[in-house]
Amino acid sequence: MKNGVGVAQNIVLFGGTSEIGQAIIHKLVKPGVSHVVLVSRDIDAAEVQVAEMAERYPDLEVHHVRFNADDSASMVHVVAEVAQQVGDIDVAVIAQGVLQEGVDYYANPAALQAVADVNFTGTMVLMYALAAQMRVQGYGKIVLLSSVAGERVRKGNPVYGATKAGVDGFALALDHELVGSGVSVLVVRPGFVTTKMTEGMDKAPFSTDAVTVATAVEKAISHPEQLSGSLAYCSTCF
Amino acid sequence: MVMQRLSGWGRTAWTVADLVQSTDLDVVRTTLGSAGERGVISRGLGRSYGAAAQNAGGIVLEMTSENDPMGIDADFDPLTGLLTVAASVSIDAILRMCVPQGWFIPVTPGTRFVTVGGAIASDIHGKNHHIDGSFGEHVRSLTLMLSSGEVIELSPEENPAWFWATVGGMGLTGVVLRATVAMLKIESSRVEVETVRLENFDAVCAAMSADGSDDDYRYSVAWVDLLATGSSMGRGVLTRGDHAAASKVENKEPLAYDPRLTVSAPGWVPNGLLNKWSIKAFNEAWYRKAPAKSHVGLESIPAFFHPLDGVKRWNRLYGKQGFIQYQFIVPLDRTDVLRKVIEKFSAAGVASFLAVLKRMGPQNIAPMSFPTEGWTLTLDMAAGISGLAELLSEVDSLVLDAGGRHYLAKDSHVSASAVRRGYPRIDEWMSTQEEMDPIGLWRSDLSRRLGLVDQRRSL
Repeated sequence: MKNGVGVAQNIVLFGGTSEIGQAIIHKLVKPGVSHVVLVSRDIDAAEVQVAEMAERYPDLEVHHVRFNADDSASMVHVVAEVAQQVGDIDVAVIAQGVLQEGVDYYANPAALQAVADVNFTGTMVLMYALAAQMRVQGYGKIVLLSSVAGERVRKGNPVYGATKAGVDGFALALDHELVGSGVSVLVVRPGFVTTKMTEGMDKAPFSTDAVTVATAVEKAISHPEQLSGSLAYCSTCF
Repeated sequence: MVMQRLSGWGRTAWTVADLVQSTDLDVVRTTLGSAGERGVISRGLGRSYGAAAQNAGGIVLEMTSENDPMGIDADFDPLTGLLTVAASVSIDAILRMCVPQGWFIPVTPGTRFVTVGGAIASDIHGKNHHIDGSFGEHVRSLTLMLSSGEVIELSPEENPAWFWATVGGMGLTGVVLRATVAMLKIESSRVEVETVRLENFDAVCAAMSADGSDDDYRYSVAWVDLLATGSSMGRGVLTRGDHAAASKVENKEPLAYDPRLTVSAPGWVPNGLLNKWSIKAFNEAWYRKAPAKSHVGLESIPAFFHPLDGVKRWNRLYGKQGFIQYQFIVPLDRTDVLRKVIEKFSAAGVASFLAVLKRMGPQNIAPMSFPTEGWTLTLDMAAGISGLAELLSEVDSLVLDAGGRHYLAKDSHVSASAVRRGYPRIDEWMSTQEEMDPIGLWRSDLSRRLGLVDQRRSL
C-alpha cells in the first residue's frame, strides 16, 4: 500500500517499454518503494530496462514479466504472476497501446481489430483482473493512460480515438463501481506527447513530453486529496 | 461484513478492512476463526499515527469500551494499587476511576485516549521514562488470546519470552484481553511544575543532561522551536515536575479530578491552515509565554500531561492531506545528530507545531520496545509537503547511522531495512512471534510494510 508520505511499495507497469509509462515509474520510484515490475512483450528490451533500473535504484527489486498485450485471455494469469512475485500490487500503470499510423482502413477495415484487441479488449480484461486482486488487498490504484483523443474522438485516426474513448469510459465507470473498496482508478488524458509512438507525426499545438505527463500523474497518485475527481489533466489536456 | 476505510491518527494511507467491533470473547474467537489470508489485527482508540492498527483487505478487530453501559470493566484494589482491567479500557477511564482514590497511571503518553491493549502493544512511554521506564515495566501480568483462540496468562515470571514479545509487539502476538497494572500512589491531582525558557539548543540539552538535575524530577520534557534560526536555533521551553503533595494544594479536595474537553477542531480544515507562518507565530507566542526565569507552579493533570486532548480531534487541523509524526531516538552522546536533523527540517522549511525533546532512561528487555538510553525527538509535519519522502529518507539515514531507531507507534513511512537496522533483536522477536502465531494470523499494514511477520506463512 501507500505509506504516509504517499509512496507506494509495489509498482507495476503494463506496457513496460512505453516511454510515458517509464517516465511515470521513474517519478514514482522514491525512498520507500520496494518492487517495480515491468510487464512487456519484448524480452530483450525489458532486460535492458530492468538492468538500468536496478543499477539506478540499488535498494529496489526490479522484475520482468512477459505478456502479449493483444492476448486478453492471458491477463488474469499475468496479474496472478505479478502478485506471485511481489505480493500486493499497490499501483498498476497501464500504458500498453497501439497507434496504427497511415493504415487505410477504407481499404483494410479488418486491420483495426489489432488496435481494438490491445487498447480496448485487452485493457478492459486487465483492469478487471487488477481490480479483483486489489479488492482483496483492500487497497490499490489503477492508472490508465487514456488520451485526449479518448474524450473527443477526432478525424485522422478515429480508430485509435474510439478505442481510447471506450476504455476511458469503462475506467471511469469502474472507478465508480469500486467506491468504498479502497481501490480507485486514475484516468490520464495527455494531449500530443512527443515519444517514439508519435515520431515523424506532425506535432499538434500544445504538445508536451513524457516527463511533464509523469509529473502530473505522480502528484495525483501521491496526493490525491489535492486533486478533484479521478482525472489527471496534463498541461495539454483540453 | 462491514467494510470500513481506516487510517491512523495522522489520517494518511487509508485502507479498507472488515471492521468488527466487539469485546465479547465469543465474538472475538469466532472472528479469528473466520479470518482469511489477509489476517487480523486488533485496534483500540486509533491513536497510533501510522498503519499499526489497520489491515488492508483483512479484519480489524476494534476493542474499545468507551460507551460500555456496564461501566469500566476493572478490578482495583486501592490498598495495593493493583489494577486489573480489560485491555479495551482507556487511560482516560482509568484516571477518572483511580485519581480520586489517590492513584495515577504509572506511564501516560501525551494523550489519555489510548487503551491498555494499545499501551502494551506499543510499550508506550511518557515524560517519566528516565525515572520509571515504559508502560510494560508496570504490567504485572496479562491475559492474551492466541491466534488458535486459546487464552493464556503471561507475566515477567511466567513465560517471560512471550510476555516481553507482546510488550512492544504491535499486536502481532495476540489479542490482549486483560492486564494487571501497578498504579502510582499520589497525594493530589496537581502537578508541581517548574518551567524555564532556554535560549538555544545547547542550553536545552545541557539543562536536561549535563548537570544531572533531570533525575531530580519524575517528569521532564522540552518543547523545541524548530523554526527559530541563527543563535536562537533550537530554543525551547523545559518543563519538569512531580505530583504535588497534598499540603501544596489549597483545595479542600486535593484529589478532585475533572478533565474536560475544551474545544473541537472543525470537521473540515483547508490544507494550508497550518503553514510555516502560522506555526512560526504560534511558536513565538508559546516561547514568549514561558517565563524567562525559572518558575514553579501547580498544573492540573490534563494541562500537564495531555494538553492536546484539550482540542478534540486536533488531528484534523492538517486538513485532508493528514500529517506525519516523526519520532526517533539517538544515543546520549549524539546531540550532533539532533542538531543536524533540526537543521535539515528547518532548511527545508518543514514547520513543526509540536517538536518535543526528551532524555530517555535505559531500555527494558522487550526486544521491540522503542525507548533506550538517549534523546528522543518528536515532530509533526503536513504529509503533503513535496519532497518529504526524500527528506525523511535522508534523516532516517542520519538516525540509523548514529545507532538510533524509529518509534513504530508513530511510524508511517520507514522501510523494512530501517527497522532491521534500528532493532537489532528483531530476529529473536520474529522467532518468538512465529512460535506464538504459527499460522500467521496477525497482520497489519505496518507489519506488511516493515516485514515484521513472515508473509510466507499463510492461513
